[in-house]
Amino acid sequence: MRVEQIAVFLENKSGRLADITEVLAKNDINIRALSVADTADFGILRLIVDKVELAQKVLKDNGFTVGKTTVIAVEVPDQAGGLAGVLKTVEADGLNVEYMYAFVNKSGEKAVLIFRFDEMDKAIQSLQKAGLTLLSGEQVCSL
Amino acid sequence: MNMMRVKEIETLPRAGLESIQLQRLQSLVHRVYKTVAPYREKMDAAGVKPGDIQSLADLKKLPFTTKDDLRDNYPFGLFTVPMDDVVRVHASSGTTGKPTVVGYTRGDIEMWASVMARALSMAGVTKGDMIHNAYGYGLFTGGLGAHYGAEYLGATVIPISGGNTKRQITIMRDFGSTVLLATPSYALNLADAMIDAGIDPEDLKLRVGIHGAEPWSENMREEVERKLGIRAVDIYGLSEVIGPGVAMECLETDRGMHILEDHFLPEIVDPDTFEPLPYGESGELVFTTLTKEAFPIIRYRTKDLSRLIAEPCQCGRTLVRMEKVTGRTDDMLIIRGVNVFPSQVEHVLMGVEGVEPHYQIEVNREGNLDTMDVLVEVSEQVFSDEIKVLENLTRKIQVEIKDLLGVTAKVKLVEPRTIKRSEGKAQRVIDNRKL
Repeated sequence: MRVEQIAVFLENKSGRLADITEVLAKNDINIRALSVADTADFGILRLIVDKVELAQKVLKDNGFTVGKTTVIAVEVPDQAGGLAGVLKTVEADGLNVEYMYAFVNKSGEKAVLIFRFDEMDKAIQSLQKAGLTLLSGEQVCSL
Repeated sequence: MNMMRVKEIETLPRAGLESIQLQRLQSLVHRVYKTVAPYREKMDAAGVKPGDIQSLADLKKLPFTTKDDLRDNYPFGLFTVPMDDVVRVHASSGTTGKPTVVGYTRGDIEMWASVMARALSMAGVTKGDMIHNAYGYGLFTGGLGAHYGAEYLGATVIPISGGNTKRQITIMRDFGSTVLLATPSYALNLADAMIDAGIDPEDLKLRVGIHGAEPWSENMREEVERKLGIRAVDIYGLSEVIGPGVAMECLETDRGMHILEDHFLPEIVDPDTFEPLPYGESGELVFTTLTKEAFPIIRYRTKDLSRLIAEPCQCGRTLVRMEKVTGRTDDMLIIRGVNVFPSQVEHVLMGVEGVEPHYQIEVNREGNLDTMDVLVEVSEQVFSDEIKVLENLTRKIQVEIKDLLGVTAKVKLVEPRTIKRSEGKAQRVIDNRKL
């Protein structure tokens, strides 16, 4: 149950984020979720999109450094304690979160947590054992 | 030091000096031909024998020596004496991974101390002075070279080396330093730190500053002189020839440094044709050491651009002067007194898996200190969705640059194809320093 995510290297200069989103828009690619991680000198844009292969290709063609990785999408009720519950499982099983971000789906009832763990397979097992709902890439995009 | 004897040598009529030079040159060429195979092979290939050197004008028959020769014979291949007779080695950075190594016999150390002492006395330094030696001690020739010269002169040396600026100022004030030996940028740094600490440089006993090992302009000289309230003079030297003490400005002129010609024979050659040029014309500075034992060098191409001034100096010395170095014929950079070749940076980058050979070096001067940024394009191989992976990469490159070059660089990751590709030779260096 992994979801494909693309990551794009961002130099710290104005307009780069706009350039990327413009390329995606031109190619009719919809962004489902995103996060930007940044340091003083550079940033990494992480995206979950509906057309992964196409997004990777068009960004590369436009001169960006693009990577593809997998992440885990966990669906939780959009209410207080939703994230805390997941993190409790994560902590109990000794998993390390490399990074995470979240979004709320259209209906507003559920929240989706996107995780990257140091040990992905172990994380999937442990989250499933705890009875949490993991989403596929298709599910994430159709929400 | 016998000042009478020094004065006699430094004011010899040119004919007298030239006859000493010729005698020394002939003996050097015979010795080197006999003892060092690489020199012999190059002379044989050029069809010149030691006996062909009948006048100083015959010098041009001898082949040049370059940094490549030093690298090819790394580390001790060009030494003329057994290692038993070598009492010290120094090294400076080479164009690639390997440093340039030079060696000294006991006699060389003494000769070096004597030329450095003469250089100091050209700036009016005497045995009564308290010399604050802030040149780095170590493989770099600056610290120890200046130190031995100061002792030879009979002055008191404070071997403080570089760094720890606060302590430098305290010692300078408490010990009553009268002479400052430092790179010009460090001298300015000291001046600013003093002003910040509320110390008026006028309250110190500093009288003269002797600054070299990196390029500096007349503007910088004025700034050093104004801020520290001293006379600031220029000194020239390079490890391949001996270290500091090859040439020195006297107090009577601010145009050119007297070359200690009884030991170091200068030439200026056309940087393209390598034909010797007459006095007064600009070109590449070439040196032949006349009296060194362990590591003499014949016609060493310094890649420094300068001009020789033959007009007599007001100080009475007949030694020819070289103008302040105006540039380089290669791409060597001097960052905080350390020689840096772009090829060394490339060497480090090529050793890191996945890093592409597209890089650029940006040099800036912030305050008085040079900074070096290395821009590296992020390829797909090294890219990661995790910050820590990219930060580890930049740290690794920084550590390796520091290890190899001895200079702290800041590595900046940039997007692919943002470093301008050029048609011919890539522009590797952007030097924004206004010297």
